[in-house]
Amino acid sequence: MELVHKNLPALIVVLPLCMGLITSIIGRRGLGWWLAMGTTSAVLAMSVQLLVNVLESGTQTVTYVMGSWPVPFGIGYVVDPLNAAVLLIVSMIATVVTLYARKSIASEIDPRRLHFFYALWLFCMTGLLGITITGDAFNLYVLLEISSLSTYTLVALGRNRNRRALTAAINYLVLGSIGANFYLLGIAYLYQVTGSLNIADIHHILTTQVFPTWSTDAPMYRTTVFVGFALMAVGLSLKLALFPLHGWLPNAYTYAPSSVSALLASTATKVGAYAFIRVLFTLVGVNFAFKLLHTDTVLMISAGAAILMGSWLAFRQTNIKKLLAYSSIGQIGYITLGFALGNVNGLTASVIHLFNHALTKGGMFMALGIVAYRTGHTRLQDLQGLGRKLPFTMAAFTAGGLGLIGVPLTAGFVSKWYLVSACFEQGRYEMAAIVLVGSLIALLYTWKVVEAIYFGKRPEDAPAIKEAPITMLVPTLLLAGASIYFGIDASTSSRIATAAAKFLLGVGP
Amino acid sequence: MQKVLDHYNYWVCIILMMIGFYGVIAKTNLVKKALSLSLFQTGVLVFYISIGKIDGGTGPVLDPRNPEAIYSNPLPHALMLTAIVVGVATLSVAMAIIVNIRERYGTIDERDIEDMEHLAEE
Repeated sequence: MELVHKNLPALIVVLPLCMGLITSIIGRRGLGWWLAMGTTSAVLAMSVQLLVNVLESGTQTVTYVMGSWPVPFGIGYVVDPLNAAVLLIVSMIATVVTLYARKSIASEIDPRRLHFFYALWLFCMTGLLGITITGDAFNLYVLLEISSLSTYTLVALGRNRNRRALTAAINYLVLGSIGANFYLLGIAYLYQVTGSLNIADIHHILTTQVFPTWSTDAPMYRTTVFVGFALMAVGLSLKLALFPLHGWLPNAYTYAPSSVSALLASTATKVGAYAFIRVLFTLVGVNFAFKLLHTDTVLMISAGAAILMGSWLAFRQTNIKKLLAYSSIGQIGYITLGFALGNVNGLTASVIHLFNHALTKGGMFMALGIVAYRTGHTRLQDLQGLGRKLPFTMAAFTAGGLGLIGVPLTAGFVSKWYLVSACFEQGRYEMAAIVLVGSLIALLYTWKVVEAIYFGKRPEDAPAIKEAPITMLVPTLLLAGASIYFGIDASTSSRIATAAAKFLLGVGP
Repeated sequence: MQKVLDHYNYWVCIILMMIGFYGVIAKTNLVKKALSLSLFQTGVLVFYISIGKIDGGTGPVLDPRNPEAIYSNPLPHALMLTAIVVGVATLSVAMAIIVNIRERYGTIDERDIEDMEHLAEE
């Protein structure tokens, strides 16, 4: 037990990796699901323990060095309040969605190959958890590719329902790889300047040795750092699907199997956002990125456009899964806007929205997955009058929709409250207005669906359908319930988010 | 001119990357697209490898007979071993998906696939 405790940060990544390999070998005949379920639950327990460790430790960080090679020579894993929170989001959503996936995925892919699905599922988790926990810039790239490669394959598995999953996957693969390579090239530039790959070490060298020379007559490596940072920012924006680099997202989420959409929508882009925050705040630092380069202005324009365009395009969709995908682009805009504001409230809004949106959108995609499981489609006309046939599922969907709008007593309201107050603090009234307009459009597109669900009439000749199987319904209701719970009692989530924001800005606990 | 020629390694890398990037954007044949992606990746590999090399530098093994020796930096080279593996994996996943596309659509040309989807929607 002592051994597990000491190696917790490494185990959280190594366990799903090893279990993924084992699952692909022995996971036949339904064993795969049990292995995946066991692993995700274990990872959830570990990430809860890590969060407790971090919040209790005096320095608010837990450092782990791989193979006892001291940083910056070896790979160091660093857990601080921010990534402990993200780890918790990823492992929690993964556990709930794995529970849901059993029935859902069995109806979507060849049952003889289910164990490969669960193996990929665990590899995807390995990558996402690894990106979150690592303190090494190059290691981050490798784990980014591990998660991406398994994601491309998971998306392509939607081919039996609709062959467009394949074109969505290849499109995602091309754009995702370009993004990852941009990031890789960016690290090369920073490595040339600092000779280090450890994120904290690069930051230390930049702030103590490189930046001070820029105010003198002989600025060192000015262009190199600019280009390196720009390449990394563009690469990560592609991963995060920040407008206008969101092209891969709508089709990938629409045509992926239901459980994959739920997992990706609530974790993959969140981890991308986390990586972006990490590069901005702990790699190059706020002074460089915001005060010197004015990245905040660029990010705010992107975020504003994402909120407006994402929500508007969502409104125009008739395939509800695509509607949710476009709505995700808008929600990524809110997250980006939060950290672009660069104050404590803004960052708190970002972190808390990572969490709240993961619950909300995860629950909605799962509810929609039940519709697909029962009716085979997710078009608007298939949802007509389903409020009576699938009362619990549709209640979960509606709760999520209210969260997207940001109605009080839902989790979405808490994030928007922080976000709007951060906008006012910075005097960015136009951004506050965009947030409100975005919520208004969210009201329109949610209403469109809710109206069809509760006031639409199901065609007379439609086959009779039953409420969802219990193993799919419980996880869906769990996430929808959590999104309401964290809207009513936001004290825990906002305490963790504020701790993360204050840690990033270095203003003490 | 001399300054341009001195940095020929960077030119090689930029040209490779741009050929790849052009292919990714302009080609409609998916296999060509995947290969262009690979070329783009190779550009990045060349960049890493060239920044680790110093003129006249030897292998990074401490030589007691020659304390003045200059060593090349092995770290970028070691990193690229990982990146090459990642590149191969990406290419193989891409090819696997393309094979699947060929089976379901009967073509690997993006424009034909789009036309088919438009027809299906109407």
